[in-house]
Amino acid sequence: MWYYEKKLEYPVKVSECNPRLAKFLIEQYGGADGELAAALRYLNQRYSIPDKVIGLLTDIGTEEFAHLEMIATMIYKLTKDATPEQMEEAGLGAHYANHDKALFYHNAAGAPWTATYIQAKGDPIADLYEDIAAEEKARATYQWIINLSDDPDLNDGLKYLREREVVHSLRFREAVEILKEERDKKIIF
Amino acid sequence: MFTQYKFWEPYSSPYDPCPPMTVKSYSTPPQLYINFQPPGLAQFEPRAALYHGTLWKELFSPYPGPDKRGDVDE
Repeated sequence: MWYYEKKLEYPVKVSECNPRLAKFLIEQYGGADGELAAALRYLNQRYSIPDKVIGLLTDIGTEEFAHLEMIATMIYKLTKDATPEQMEEAGLGAHYANHDKALFYHNAAGAPWTATYIQAKGDPIADLYEDIAAEEKARATYQWIINLSDDPDLNDGLKYLREREVVHSLRFREAVEILKEERDKKIIF
Repeated sequence: MFTQYKFWEPYSSPYDPCPPMTVKSYSTPPQLYINFQPPGLAQFEPRAALYHGTLWKELFSPYPGPDKRGDVDE
């Protein structure tokens, strides 16, 4: 189970009224390498993985939900006061037609989130390598969004999130090292 | 030298509905232990290389694991 703390992991501030950025940020909300895909991927892999790395997947998967909240807050702040005309100018006309200002799990191009974005192969090495790749792809996505954004306060939050991807990638690499270790050598059957 | 398979004992509850599998295994093939293939690795004879799927002895990864195979080809 989880306990909920009613605050964000890192403060989110948006200083410019630029709804166009919401269209790009939604990539990290419901995209293939976004925070939803990350959280669901890690929390689902926990069940069948060796017990030494279950705790890591729980911790990182939980943190990804905290990141999801931050992204949602950014998107909401950027769109909540936009008129339909402003939504259309920002490239969000189709989103407005379908969802009004509601957030939805789709990527920057409007493709809805799908479970085919994630995998649980059951092989611990293959699963952890996928997790490492996912962190690197999320890091790259944050870089491209930062390149598209000229809002310093928003970028401050995005830089924090990018750094967390770097740390998570390293933790998953350490998990692979734990699984490679020669521990009990061999159990005789 | 590394082992090609690792074994672990997952938690089993006294209330599990099915008889527990007390030991589980996963494969840790040779490529996990080298970043790059060093030059001059020992090679199989041509015919053995065809059977093994690789020219280099140190890159061979037997599958399935020894518990299901019954030989000592590691």
